[in-house]
Amino acid sequence: MHNWRWEVFLEPAQGGSGATYLDWVLVGLRMTAAVSLCSWVIALLWGSLMGIFRTYPSKLLYGLSTAYVEVFRNIPLLVQLFLWYFVAPEVAPLGLGAWFKQLHPNLQLFVASMLCLGFFTGARITEQVRAGIESLSRGQKAAGLAMGFTLPQTYRHVLLPMAFRIIIPPLSSECVNLVKNSAVASTIGLMELAYQGRQLVDYTAQSYESFIAVTALYVALNLLILLFMRWVEKKARVPGFMGGGGR
Amino acid sequence: MITIRNVSKIYPNGFQALRECSTQVEKGEVIVVCGPSGSGKSTLIKCVNGLEDFQQGEILVDGTSVGDPKTNLPRLRSRVGMVFQHFELFPHMSILENLTVAQVKVLGRSQDEATERGHKLLERVGLKAQAPKHPGQLSGGQQQRVAIARALCMDPICMLFDEPTSALDPEMINEVLDVMVELAQEGMTMMCVTHEMGFARKVAHRVVFMDEGRILEDAKKDEFFGGARTDRAKLFLSKILSH
Repeated sequence: MHNWRWEVFLEPAQGGSGATYLDWVLVGLRMTAAVSLCSWVIALLWGSLMGIFRTYPSKLLYGLSTAYVEVFRNIPLLVQLFLWYFVAPEVAPLGLGAWFKQLHPNLQLFVASMLCLGFFTGARITEQVRAGIESLSRGQKAAGLAMGFTLPQTYRHVLLPMAFRIIIPPLSSECVNLVKNSAVASTIGLMELAYQGRQLVDYTAQSYESFIAVTALYVALNLLILLFMRWVEKKARVPGFMGGGGR
Repeated sequence: MITIRNVSKIYPNGFQALRECSTQVEKGEVIVVCGPSGSGKSTLIKCVNGLEDFQQGEILVDGTSVGDPKTNLPRLRSRVGMVFQHFELFPHMSILENLTVAQVKVLGRSQDEATERGHKLLERVGLKAQAPKHPGQLSGGQQQRVAIARALCMDPICMLFDEPTSALDPEMINEVLDVMVELAQEGMTMMCVTHEMGFARKVAHRVVFMDEGRILEDAKKDEFFGGARTDRAKLFLSKILSH
C-alpha cells in the first residue's frame, strides 16, 4: 500500500533555502506559464504572418511560408528542441551564437525552449490562418479591392477580422497543445512543471503525490486557457453570423 | 467614360473567357450586358475595375488604362462603384461601418464626415433604421441596397453591377431594382450585368448581348428588343421573355 503523505508539500525542501516542496511546484508552474506565454506570442505573430503569406499572390512569399510549414511540421518536436539548444548556437550567424552562449545557463534553456515551441506551434497556426482566410468567400476579397483598398488593407480590414474569428476554436486547442508540449523542455533541463515533478519524486520519494499535483496543475492551467478563449470567442461574436444571436 | 477595345482573356489552362470584346459606355449612359451563363459577361465587367486581368486589348476608365501596370488600381477602383451578386458586405462590421470604412481609410475623410454621408445614403435606400445592425441580420434585398449605398458613399464616377438581383428571393428583387432605376434616372453612368429585361426596357440606353466570350450584339435598347440581329440573341430573348 502507498503511504499517502500530502503534508510533504509543506515540508522544507532539501537545500536549506527555506523553500517548501510546494514552492518547488509553484516555481515549475510559473516557468511553464512563462515559457508557454512567450512561445504563444511568437507562434501567433509569426504564424499569422506566414498564414497570410500562404494565401498571398506572390510566388516568393508562398514558397517561403510553405517551406517553413513543411519543415517545422515534419520534424519531431523533441528533435527540434535539441536542434535549437545544441546545434543552433553553433551555426547561428551574426554573432547570435556567441550572444546566446554568454547568457546565464537558465536563460539559455528558456530562450531555446521558447523559440522551439514558438516556431513549432507557429507552423500549425500558419495552416489555421490560411484555412481561415480560404474559408471566406472569394467575393470578400474582391469587394475589399473594389472599394479601393490596397491588398494589405483588404487583409487588414476585410479578410483577417473574419478569418481570426472563425479560427478561434482551433486556436484554443493549439494554445492548450502548446502548454502540454512545453513539458519536452524538461529534457534539456528547463525547470518547468514536469521537470519539478520529477525533482520532487527524487527528493521526497512520494511519486503519487508529486505527479498528481503536477497533473492537476496542467489540467487547471489548460482549463483556464479554454475558459479565457471561450470568453474571447463570445466577445468577438458577430451578430447574425454563425450562431451570433438573432435578428 | 468606359472604353473597352479588343479585350481578350485567356486563362492559363487555355480557356478563353473573352474574345476581342469592344464596347463603350458614355457618361450618363446605362448599358445592360446580358447573355447565357458562362458567356463571359461577369468576367468582362470585372475587367473594367481590374478585378480580373486580361491578356489582350485595352480598357480605359475616365481616360485611365486599367491594364497598364503603372496604373494605381486602388485609386481607380475607389472611383468606380461595384455591386456584387452575393452582396459581399463585410459581416463583422455594422451597416454604418460598412459604409464608412473605405471613406475613411481610402478617401481620407474624417469619421464625422463619413458617418454623415453614410447616414444620408442609408436614408436614400430606405434603410436608415438599420445603421447599427450587422449584415447577417438583414434580408438579402436589404443587404443589396446597403451594398449599393456603400458604393455610392465613395462618390463614384460610374457604377458596375454584377448580377445584383440573381441571388435574391423574387419578392426582394424589385426593392433593389427600384434603387437602380432611380440611380439611372439621376444620370449615373452604369454598366449592369443582369437578366432583368424589365429593368433594361425601362432605363437602359443600350443592350450588349454576349455568348461564348464574344459580344454578339451591341445595340440601342429599342433595336435590340425590336428585333435582335443574331439567332443566338433571338433564342435567348424568346427563352427569358416567354413567361
